[in-house]
Amino acid sequence: MTTGVQDVAETDAQGGMITADGKPLKASLQRAERRRKIIAFLFVAPLLTYLMISFIVPIGQMMFRSVENPHIISILPKTLAALDEWDGQGLPDEPVYAALAEELAAAQEDRRVGPLAVRLNYEISAARGALTRTARQAGNMEAPFKEQFLDAHRLWGSPEIFRIIKREGRPLTASYYVSALDRTYDENNNIVRQPENRRIYVDLYMRTLGMSLGITFITLLLGFPISFLMASLPMRHANLLMILVLLPFWTSLLVRTTSWIVLLQQQGVINSLLVGAGFIGDDGRLSLMHNMTGTMIAMTHILLPFMVLPLYSVMKTIPPAYVRAARSLGATPWTAFWRVYVPQTLPGIGAGAVLVFIISIGYYITPALVGGQSGQMISNLIAYHMQTSLNWGLAAALGTILLVGVLILYWAYNRLVGAENLKLG
Amino acid sequence: MKKPSFKVIGVSSAIAMLTAGVVMANDPVRLTVVSWGGAYTQSQVRAYHEPYMAANPHVQIINDDGSANALAGLRAQSQAGNVTWDLVDMLPSDAQLACDEGIIMPIDHDAVLAPAPDGTPASQDFLPGSLGECFIPQIVYSTVVTYNTEMFPADAQPNSIDDFFNLDEFPGRRAIQNRPAGNLEWALFADGVDPADIYDVLETPEGVDRAFAKLDTIKDQLIFWTEGAQSPQLLADQEVSFSTGYNGRIFDAAEVEGQPFEIIWDGQIVEWDGWVVPYGDNVEAVMDYLYWATDSQRLADQAKYISYGPARASSAPLVGEHADLGIDMNQHMPGNPDNFFSPIVLDNDFWTDYGDELRERFANWMLQ
Repeated sequence: MTTGVQDVAETDAQGGMITADGKPLKASLQRAERRRKIIAFLFVAPLLTYLMISFIVPIGQMMFRSVENPHIISILPKTLAALDEWDGQGLPDEPVYAALAEELAAAQEDRRVGPLAVRLNYEISAARGALTRTARQAGNMEAPFKEQFLDAHRLWGSPEIFRIIKREGRPLTASYYVSALDRTYDENNNIVRQPENRRIYVDLYMRTLGMSLGITFITLLLGFPISFLMASLPMRHANLLMILVLLPFWTSLLVRTTSWIVLLQQQGVINSLLVGAGFIGDDGRLSLMHNMTGTMIAMTHILLPFMVLPLYSVMKTIPPAYVRAARSLGATPWTAFWRVYVPQTLPGIGAGAVLVFIISIGYYITPALVGGQSGQMISNLIAYHMQTSLNWGLAAALGTILLVGVLILYWAYNRLVGAENLKLG
Repeated sequence: MKKPSFKVIGVSSAIAMLTAGVVMANDPVRLTVVSWGGAYTQSQVRAYHEPYMAANPHVQIINDDGSANALAGLRAQSQAGNVTWDLVDMLPSDAQLACDEGIIMPIDHDAVLAPAPDGTPASQDFLPGSLGECFIPQIVYSTVVTYNTEMFPADAQPNSIDDFFNLDEFPGRRAIQNRPAGNLEWALFADGVDPADIYDVLETPEGVDRAFAKLDTIKDQLIFWTEGAQSPQLLADQEVSFSTGYNGRIFDAAEVEGQPFEIIWDGQIVEWDGWVVPYGDNVEAVMDYLYWATDSQRLADQAKYISYGPARASSAPLVGEHADLGIDMNQHMPGNPDNFFSPIVLDNDFWTDYGDELRERFANWMLQ
């Protein structure tokens, strides 16, 4: 069989192939290849643009926000220059206060004191009050300034605030990551651990990790037999089971979570059933919610379909003949199951586990509603800093650490198991 | 086919733009008003929004229950350069922060607000200290401890903040708001500090330790709420025997829904709440609405629907009966002398100065 190209090809003077319209074959092929690539790219382009706009760019912005630090350097440049002279011991001299007075007065004029005060308040308590209050008076201050600053707010009498202005007077900062890892700066700008009663985030990351692993394990424990049954039953019965798995999956997350509240609370269905059946006394009702137990129960239920579906789709493709062959060769039922069947389900276990784990590590709404305090996860604190404390830099740092953590875990998983072994269907 | 239709769209939108410039006054205006939701928003709808829309049919008011995160929302919208909120109901300390950051408008009170019926200018009529640079108060409310009467024997009902901290005589879980403001004050109050001295004590590190130590005594019985609607819900479900909450919501649940709730007025935490105006597109319409909605009669009207006190002195005599129940509202007001025997007036300056540090410590304390 001959190809079209060979049919029309002739040989040119240099011995290279040329096409019917007289162009070198090589160039012609390249052009055709390029056109194919462009068309292929055009197919992908909408998704790529969408991903860029809605995913990559926001994540980049979020990561940038965790180090961004523009306020001090842009509003207080002269103060920073004056602070260069200061050795960090005792209070700075008059020129620093003079520059600060001038720049605060200017910032007050164009309403930029607020953001600056907010930024400094992340580093030292009461800085917001000190700045906003002093800035209102700064326009009327006259030399010498130092005395008036000391009168205006107690904070101006402590070297710490000047140390912080000097340290954070750079366009980028590490201080959000320092706080996010339960560390702080000491007097000599060394990074040290926070005092015990202020360490919170590292423990919370560990708790989040532990709870996610726990939920993954429980969903596997509950999901494996169900999937096995579904894969081995005749289609008619399997479909019924499938609907039971899918029905909650299709129900709104909020509805399911609030239903769990109805079930789990102290006067709720489960407690009332237990009291009614005489298992527990009326004064011994169990605390099933507003704690970690509540989060684990509700999240396990919500994430179960993410384990069952990949497991089922893999088990469905495993030929029953393999286990029968193992049995006929003398394997006990346990050996046949454990050495022949289970290894073939590994891609499904892997896919289900990765799905459940990654979804649960960033879970937010269920812990917020049924978790109380001990059932909170790191996402709840990220939301807290986004919405309540409004420390977006810290929220971004916490989020970035979570993202990097998940990527590292995925990388480790890939090294140990191999991502190509994932099978979602 | 395509080209003419594009032309039609272009021409018609050009006409629309031209006419928009001409008929300003009757142009439909949609005002997004952000508030706290629940019974509170409902009282605003009935006292302000509905009558105003009836008188100004071209205005449509849309409610947004975003006030719990109002400061974050305002900041995000102003940073994104896309302000969609026209009027926001928020707390005075948050309003001061937003004002300092330049994301809401300073208010010239006497120019923008209606005088009292007797001609007293607005700045004299609103309760002393309640007006802010960018803030127009509407109500005086209080956060109070409430209990479910069914959860204690009829002859041993609690009646003080001390009882709230007394697990031996009054067992059961308690719900408190997941913020330090109010809770630290109560802890010190229950620990024997006079209401007048609370903020002096709380300014010292020892005072803060003392407050947290007192909270520690009931910590393993505590649940934390975030939204105002949660506290009546938790009490109604008997999930807790006590809850702190906003007095108006408790009133609504007890009187309108008939829940067996009893307010402990001892140590009520008194605070203002009111309007701020972001730099949006509908400022003119908002100002017209504000002038109307904050006059003496209108503020008194809100008290027909919820037990929050009006923020104007001239409104107080106008407060009457509940619109649906016909009960006298005065006895349910935080400021009624029968209720106002040991109030703690929330110190916004204190919370502006020390709030961040205490919020962080409180968050840590909650999670540990």
